Order: sequence, then structure tokens, then C-alpha cells
Amino acid sequence: MADGKIGAVLVVGGGVAGVQAALDIADSGFKVYLIDRAPSIGGVMAQLDKTFPTNDCSMCILAPKLVEAGRQPNITLITNAEVTELSGKAGNFEVRIRKQSRYINEEKCNGCGLCAQKCPVEAVDAYNRGLNDRSAIYIEYPQAVPLKYMIDREKCIGCGICQEICRAEAVEYEQEDTETTLKIGSIILAPGFTSFDPRLKTEYGYGRFQNVVTSIEFERILNASGPYGGLILRPSEGEIPRKIAFIQCVGSRDAQLGNNYCSAACCMYSIKEAIIAKEHVPIELECTIFYMDIRAYGKEFDAYYNRAMEEHGVRFVRSRVADVGEDPLTSNLFVHYVEDGEPKTEEFGMVVLSVGMRPPENVEKLAEVLGIGLNRYEFCQTDTFSPIETSKPGIFVCGAFAAPKDIPESVAQASGAAAKAIAVIASERGKLITVKEYPPERDVSREEPRIGVFICHCGINIGGIVNVPEVVEHAKKLPDVVYAEENLYTCSQDTQVRIREKIRELNLNRVIVGACTPRTHEPLFRETLREQGLNTYLFEMANIRDQCSWVHMHEPERATEKAKDLVRSVVAKARLLEPLKKPVTSVIPVGLVIGGGVSGMTTALELARQGFEVHLVERAKELGGHLRHIYYLLGSENPQEMLRSIIEDVSENERIHVHLNTAIVDVKGYVGNFTTIIRSGGNEKQIEHGIIVVATGATEYEPTEYLYGIDSRVLTQRELEERLAKGQFNAKTVVMIQCVGSRNEERPNCSRICCSQAIKNALKIKELSPETEVYVLYKDIRTYGFKEDYYREAADKGVLFIRYDDEHKPRVTRENGKLMVLAWAPILKTWVPVEPDILALSVPAVPNANNEHLARMLKVPLTKDGFFLEAHMKLRPLDFATDGIFLCGLAHWPKPIEESISQACGAATRAATILSKKTLEVEGIVAHVDEDLCVGCGLCITLCPYSAIEKDETGIARVQEVLCKGCGTCGASCPKRAITMQQFTDAQIVAQGLAVLRGVVHG
Amino acid sequence: MSFGKPKIVCFVCNWAFTEQELAVSRIRKVADMSVVRVMCVGRIDPVIMLETFIKGADGVLLVGCAPPDCHFVEGNVYAELTVKVLKKLLVLADLEPERLEVRWVSPVEEVRFTGIIEDFAKQLKKLGPSPLAKEKYDVNILEDVSAAKNAVADFRLRALIGKEKELTRSVNAYGERISQIEFNALLDEVVKAEFIRHKILVLARKKPFSVRELAEVLNIKPAVVLRHILNMRRKGMIALANIDGATPLYEALEVR
Repeated sequence: MADGKIGAVLVVGGGVAGVQAALDIADSGFKVYLIDRAPSIGGVMAQLDKTFPTNDCSMCILAPKLVEAGRQPNITLITNAEVTELSGKAGNFEVRIRKQSRYINEEKCNGCGLCAQKCPVEAVDAYNRGLNDRSAIYIEYPQAVPLKYMIDREKCIGCGICQEICRAEAVEYEQEDTETTLKIGSIILAPGFTSFDPRLKTEYGYGRFQNVVTSIEFERILNASGPYGGLILRPSEGEIPRKIAFIQCVGSRDAQLGNNYCSAACCMYSIKEAIIAKEHVPIELECTIFYMDIRAYGKEFDAYYNRAMEEHGVRFVRSRVADVGEDPLTSNLFVHYVEDGEPKTEEFGMVVLSVGMRPPENVEKLAEVLGIGLNRYEFCQTDTFSPIETSKPGIFVCGAFAAPKDIPESVAQASGAAAKAIAVIASERGKLITVKEYPPERDVSREEPRIGVFICHCGINIGGIVNVPEVVEHAKKLPDVVYAEENLYTCSQDTQVRIREKIRELNLNRVIVGACTPRTHEPLFRETLREQGLNTYLFEMANIRDQCSWVHMHEPERATEKAKDLVRSVVAKARLLEPLKKPVTSVIPVGLVIGGGVSGMTTALELARQGFEVHLVERAKELGGHLRHIYYLLGSENPQEMLRSIIEDVSENERIHVHLNTAIVDVKGYVGNFTTIIRSGGNEKQIEHGIIVVATGATEYEPTEYLYGIDSRVLTQRELEERLAKGQFNAKTVVMIQCVGSRNEERPNCSRICCSQAIKNALKIKELSPETEVYVLYKDIRTYGFKEDYYREAADKGVLFIRYDDEHKPRVTRENGKLMVLAWAPILKTWVPVEPDILALSVPAVPNANNEHLARMLKVPLTKDGFFLEAHMKLRPLDFATDGIFLCGLAHWPKPIEESISQACGAATRAATILSKKTLEVEGIVAHVDEDLCVGCGLCITLCPYSAIEKDETGIARVQEVLCKGCGTCGASCPKRAITMQQFTDAQIVAQGLAVLRGVVHG
Repeated sequence: MSFGKPKIVCFVCNWAFTEQELAVSRIRKVADMSVVRVMCVGRIDPVIMLETFIKGADGVLLVGCAPPDCHFVEGNVYAELTVKVLKKLLVLADLEPERLEVRWVSPVEEVRFTGIIEDFAKQLKKLGPSPLAKEKYDVNILEDVSAAKNAVADFRLRALIGKEKELTRSVNAYGERISQIEFNALLDEVVKAEFIRHKILVLARKKPFSVRELAEVLNIKPAVVLRHILNMRRKGMIALANIDGATPLYEALEVR
């Protein structure tokens, strides 16, 4: 261990942020301990039904990450655990972890669930927020990782039944809490948040009225594995409501409670819940959202908000609800509110309280043990230019604990925190991880198929319904099957040993498991094959649990017949299986970062700190980008000073090669091996590199509205800022108009930063010239998160905020040299004239004009608005679908400095997961082109979503195996049928399909 | 209606009496009785006891050896615990719990089988004939006793009955003793819950029911019924049949 550093990281909190950080770090060659207070990882995201703005099923997109975290050999999951002590310093910490007993041996429990079925004690299901019950021995949710049961010691009476019936002998009543000491180099805090307890807002009746629920309860209600099986029911009597009210800002933006901040995600999740609710019920459902401002500030959020209104008919009422009453006879609820100055009452069947985010439970203790600072709301203390650093060196933060935020921001910040955590221990890369050795692969190409079939009882999960011995007997008679057996649990460790024995003993060259789902278990069995020297693609799985014992649980005979069908069909396929090679490519450990603004510089610095060489290409003659025009912030930091120091760091770093006045001319190659030609002046240069980060920023919109460019008193906010900073400001009256050039038909989305920018300037004006009157004409004020404090401060200091809507946009005229603004006063219902000395327009950041050109060169997509489009809006915010190319900063979407920095660090981490490997091994299931058949029509090139196909010098299509994801769209569409999808060949698929049909159709 | 001799089914321990002691003709005068000899009263399944009521017995009596004496160590103790639970169920089913009794005789005492029967017959006479013994039996009570019978046929209640002695008089899996008060509280809760759930099951076999309809029939709060429905769904006892407008209807699942 050079200079006493330890190549391991502790991640506290196993929500989506913690899991992302853990995966990134482990994937970069470091050991990770991921601890969570709960019995399973997944955090709040696992409790959600769908996610905005794509309406993806939350669990469906999260589960693969959880499974990966559970399987990654360099991640150790420690559940039911918390940190009790910390000593040492950055690079070399010692931490004490207390793990609460599960009363279950995690090594032995295989999650079959028999214990929970037979447990005689029922307990309130806290995971479903108390809306239903579970047994005293339980898992939190069906896809829980780790899938290990746990005894609720509070409720358990110790009857001993679970121990008696557990076939795996996993129940250990004598198990005690344990303490361990871990040595680590750095720490990432991702403990998330707790929901605000709405009992504190007594006027909304939560806890008194059964049909008033919280938004997180409503998520569980919407969820198919939630308390009501996905039906929306009124807890009072199980009827489907016809009208639901959503009340926003419960526990947020509330000075009375001391929770001034905005919880940042509630507007969007409520819109989503309203849309999904309408889809979930068989009757006409009215959804009404009561709000103060709709804060749809994220990527394409406003478009989603508009769709909610226009396509889904969600009703929005701008009003803070006064209180909620109940009709004791019907359990219906009366919502009392004021609209346009008039008090109103409306009856609803259900009320959903959009509860805000509070700091995680026991946050004071955590802060004390770790020695980190908290802000006034007890979230983690951070700064604009160091949004990931806590007050203690070596400890970093991400996710909602840093500030309330949504999922993609948490994920991006988590990758960012990984960069910081790795930088502390970069010298220790690869030292604490285990690399597994495998025996050489047996050549089976000349052997006849010899198939072994293993059928799982899964305790009684399968065996209780499906007649497993009958299925085994059936399998034995199938062609090329030389062996078949049944197992209590095919996934258990001793069965793996048995499978290996049988492979050796009987010279098996194909293995089939009839059990649960390949999505969770296929990697395990493939690993077993590999350990015995068989190619991992000589494996197939039949899911006789989900598709037989579960769906046909009340018809055992048919379940058994179907299990035989499924096993027969995979045997038919397995006979045709062929070993596949996993393509390997080398990696050039050099990065290319396009764009020299704060994002690009940060990415370059983080990559350099991890030991990689970086080329930083900037179009302009100097570094700095937008930050050059920012003179002060909402907080106290000095941005120009920070900019100077970042530029200095970049210039001094010998691993960073800065190319100014430089354009990208051409990009060739693929992940690990790119060749890029850059041009500066007349000189062209070639760079070889392994990854690309797009950090090209955005452009300020140049307004055509409101006499801009015609009257010199009309400025953009940026121009106003410059005047304020340079002492050139002199005005008695200033009017600011928000959303000039955004949230309109041409550009339907919000530009995220302009509200804060306007308030920043308004506060500066009040500071420099308190008597100056400032009017802000706005649609919604979107000062999300802690920025809400400044909105309040501006209002307190006399800045006048006047709302307008699309029917009453401000009017600006100039007559006889006088600038006149007419603003609609909604309460007075009249136009109010104001004569400003300065009219400041809040204009959006718009995509760079050359985005399209760059996107074409990189073969990456853009959004409708023209910003770069990431691989997945929720969980892959920094990756492109094309491997090896990443994204951060304004090029992704408008965002403030701290978010750009978080993303930039994150992009560096994502890139480093590739650069840190000497070679990349990719999935072997790829498309293959028969060169004799291909005529070079190019159809497959157009169809491939990953730009994995190109033409070779002879004009024939060629698959770049490292880019191919194996979807097979090219093969299905090839006019010459020249493309074969390996592992899913036509012959294999037909054999599998026909095997099921045989005997069913023709008797 | 005149009530002559109550119909009594008496389960008697093989070891408590001799044949002679049982064959006393005087008994015929006070009760219409059938005596079933078993190896131990601990063998009498709670399902059998309730089935006996369903078939029209006015009273069910278990007579065995007084604790601590039992030919089979402690079958008598289990019989007593079972009867305790059944009495709770009878109350819920609206059938007088005094119709079910367990009586002990000690081998060292002078045994008075006749006396025991006479006392029980007297007790039953006060209660009058069982509502299930009449020509026009009470349909509701029959349904309730059937639900109770199904409840004691199910795993959860049987498991608790079987574990009571060990948990309250010895130690549980954690080496702790559970107080009788705590156990009784749990038992009461489970007895009630299982009774209601099996009653819902009986109802939902006839036709699909909504939570509201069930609440009306059972005379309990709809929110409580919903909770039971959720637990029954979790345990695979019932399923959603269809949704009538805004009202989900639930039906019993036959195969379990």
C-alpha cells in the first residue's frame, strides 16, 4: 500500500445513488462496501411505480442495477447496518459498522419464501407504508436484493415454525448483532431522504381521515406489487375513487414549519401519479393538482406537463389549499381553497399529499460520527463549486442528502461522487479487487450434443404445484438428453458443485435449468459452466416458476404439462447451441473532452486526477465558456476567482493537453479505440483515444421579443449582470420578464436557470440600490431546492413578483422615447403600466448551432429541442447509447454551475470505467454478417440503434462486435437474410417454438 | 318447543374409565348420548368438535384424565388449550360456549362419570336445544360454525394452538418465555381474524362480493374488511373476480 492508502470505498446508502456510485467504483478497479440500514437495497426508487417523464416502470429499470450490485464480486453488501465510528483521514480511514441481526443465515437463505407463507404472525407492512400486512418473517419486496428473508424481532413470537420448515436450514434465532471494522480510503454518503410526516400539517387531516394518503403511499397503491395489487382503492372501503386531489408543497416551501426549501421532485411526481392513476382505473377518473408554482424545470418536463393537461385532462388549480374536511358518512373529503380571491370547496374521493423531502433519519448522529457539516435544513453542507464534497476531506456526498433532487440528478451526482472518491485512492487501483481464474475452455465443436437437465423444486415454490419428478422423467426421454435430475434448490451452492460434477462425470456439453427467471439467475449458472471449462453460451433456462407454478397455481396438472412443454422447447434449442466467443478489444487509456467550459475542464481534471491523459478541445481562444460571463452567484462564492483557479489547475496539469481555437474535423472508431482529427488554424492533427466526453455547452438565446436590439434599455439578464458587476447600473425601476423565448410553442420547455438568474440580479439590485423598484413578471417561479430561500429573500426585500399566463403576456411599447411595460394584474383583472429604466429579459440557454454536425460525426442523437440525448433519461443520464461516448453540462440541458460540475465529475467516472481497463470484453451475443450473401444495401446500418454496423472497404456490411448489443433488428430486416443473430439463430428459435407447439396444435 | 333430553356427544379417554363405569343406565334418563372412546382426548381434532355441532349436537363433552396425569404425557393439556380456542370461536359464531366443555377425572379419586354427565346435561338444558339441532336450524349460525370449522382446519390457528404450551410455559426459539397475557392478546386477534376471513370465504364461494357488501353482512367496518381482503389475497384465499363500475368484487379461490 503506497503511502498508506487503501483502495476501497465505503458507500453509505443503497438507494439508486449509492448503487450507481458502488457500481462505478467497483467497475473502475476498487473494492466497495455498500451499507444500508434497510434489509435490502433499492431505496425509495424501488418503492416507486413509474418514473417521469418517460413513464418507465421504476422497478424494471432499477432491478438490473440492483442485481448487478448484488453480484459484482468487488461489492460487499452489508444490510441492516450503520456506521458507528470513524477514525483516520482521507486515503486511510477505519470505520466501525454495526449490523443488526436478520436471524437468518444470509449464505443459506435462498429466498424461496416458504417461511413467510407459514408464519402465523402478521405485522403491518412498513414497506407498503402500513397499507397492508406482511408476516413477521419477510422480505421488503419481491425483487429484493439481497433476496434474504428477515425476522421482525418486534413481532416474532419465536414459535419456531419457520426454522422447522426451512429446507435450507437458514433460520438462526440465536444470531446476534455484529460489529466489524473496515479499512477504506474514502467514503460516499448517499443516505437519501425521509418523507415529510404530514401529521404535522394537521389541517390536511392525514392520520384522521382514511382517504388522505401521502404521495409515497400512493406510489405503492399504484404499484402492481403494492398493497392493492395495482388497483387504486380508497382505504376506507376499497372502492375506486372517481375524483382525486393532489395537494402540493406539503412540508415544503413552508416557513411556518421552517422547511423553506422546495423539494424539487414533487411537482413532477404528482403530475406523473395523476397520469398513471388515470391509466390504472377502469372508470373515468378526474385528477386535480393544487399547486403554487409548477416546477417542471428538467429535461422535457414542461412537455410532459403540457401533455398531462392536454392529452390526459389533468386539471391544475393554482391555489394553496387551506384545509381538508371529511364527510363521516361517505368518507369523502372536502378541499377548501381560494381561487381568484374567492373561497371554494370541492368534494373528492381521495386526497394525495405531495410530501416533501426531509433529511435522512438520524442525520445528526451520522454527521457527528463522521464529522461532517450540515446546512440549516440538516442536509449535507456543500458549495456551488464543490457540490460533492462534504466539509471533511475524503468524504463525499450524492443524491437527495446533498439537496432534494430527482433520480437522474442523483445518478449523475453519484457517478460524480465516485470520481471524487476514486481520486483520493487512484494509486491503489486494482490492488484490492479479486480477479477470478478459470480453467481453459473445452472444445465441444466435434461432440454430439450431450444435455444435462436440472429441474428446481424451489422449496415448494415450484414443486408444490408442478410435479417436478414427472418433468424430470419427461426430460430424460428427450433427444440428446443424457441426464436429468431434480433439486430442492438448483441455485444453491451445493447444487452448483453437483452440476459441475455431472458435467465432468457424464461429459455434458449443454446444460439446462428449469427454475425461475434467467434475468436474475442465468449469470449464476453460466458462471458454473465456465468454472467447469464449458463455454457459457452452452446454457439455457426454462422459467417454470413464473410461467407455470405461479400463473397456473390453481391448476397443478396444467402447470406440469406446461413445464414439460417449456423444458422440451429449450432442449430443442439447446441441441443447436454453439459456443460463442466474447469479443475483446484493447483500450487506449486517453480521453478526449470536447468543450473547455467549466464542465469540460472539470471532466478533464477528474480524469487526469485518476491518472489518465486527456485532450481538451475548445473552439474559442480561451477556456472558461459561460462562466466567463458570471460575476456573482446567489451564494457568496466569487465565480471569476474560481474560474481562474480551475483554468490554472488545467493549465498546470501535465496530463491535460489543451487545444484552443480548435475544431473537431472527423471522428472514427469505437469504444476503446477512437481516432479523431482536430484542426487548429490550418493545421490538422490526429488524436488516438479511448473515450469521448461531449461538454460543448449551450448558447444564450438572442431575443427578438420586447424591443430587444431596438431599444438600448432592453437587456438580457446576462447583460444586466455585467452592468451590475461593473458598476454601470443606474435605474429607478427595473422590470424583468421571465420565459422570453422559452415555454412557448417554438421552445416548449423550461430553461431551468433563468428564474434563479433573475432573482440573483434582483437581489444584487436591492443590495446596490435598495430604493430601486424591481418587478419580476413570471409564469411560475422555479427556484427549486435550496434556491427557494433566495426567492423568499427577494420577496422580503420588496421585489414584486407578478404572475402572467399565456393569454396575458406582458406588452412592451415605446412611445416618445418612453419605454412602457403593461403587466396583467390577475387579482385586479386589469393591465398595470410600469415605466422601467431597464427591462431585463430572462432568456433560455439554447442548443449550439453546430450540435447537429457534431452529433452526426459522433453518431449520437439529439432531443427535439436540439440538446444531446443520453442513453436513458432516468438511469443513464451521462452515457450515450453508443458505448464510450459521454455527456455533461449545458450540452445535456440548461443547468446551474453545481449541477454541471456534478455531471462533469460523473462523466469522468463513467469514462474511467472504460479507460481503467486494458481490454474490454463484451457480450458474445452479437450479429454476424454472411459476407457471401450481403449485397451492401445498407438497410441494417440505418436500422441499428447503436451505430454498430458499417461498410467495409468492399462495400459489405460489417458488425463492430464491441458496439453490437445483440437486439437482432438488423437480422430480422435484412432483405438477403444475410445476418445471423448468434444464440438466437433462426434455426434455434424455430426449434424452440415448434417444440412447444408439437402435440398441442395437432394433438 | 319442549326440550327433553339434550343430545350429547362425549369423547372419553380410554384410560379414564372402565367399560363398566361408562355403562350406567341412569345416564339414558338425562341425556341422549353417544360415547366415543379415544386413546386420549388430545386426539380430538377441533374440526371434529365443530363438525359435531354442525351435525346437530346440543353439547360436546371431552372427558379425560386430570393433569398432570395423562397416559400420553400431556394430551390432556392440548385438549384443554384447543377447547379454549374453540370456545372463543363459538362466541364469535353466536353459539353458547357452554355447549362445549372438558372435564377431568382423577384416577386416584372415586370416579363419578354419571355425575359429570348429569351436570353437563343440566347445563345444556338451561341453554335449550342447539339452534343447529332444530328442524329449522339457524342458517346464519350454521354458516358461522362452518367458518369456524374451516378456520381451525387452517394452518395458522392450528399452529398457534399447538405452540401455546411451549411458548407460555417453557421458552420460545429465543429462549424467552411469552407471558400468558401477551399470548392471549395475539390468540384473540388471530382467532377473530381467521374467523372473519373464513366467513368471508364462505360468503365469497356463493358469489363475488364487494368490500361494502361484506362489511354489511359481517357488521364490521369496511376498512377492516378491506384489510382482511388484502391478507386473504396475499395468502391466495381469494382473488379479484371483476370490477363493477368503481367497485371491485372478490371471489373465493377453490384450490388452495
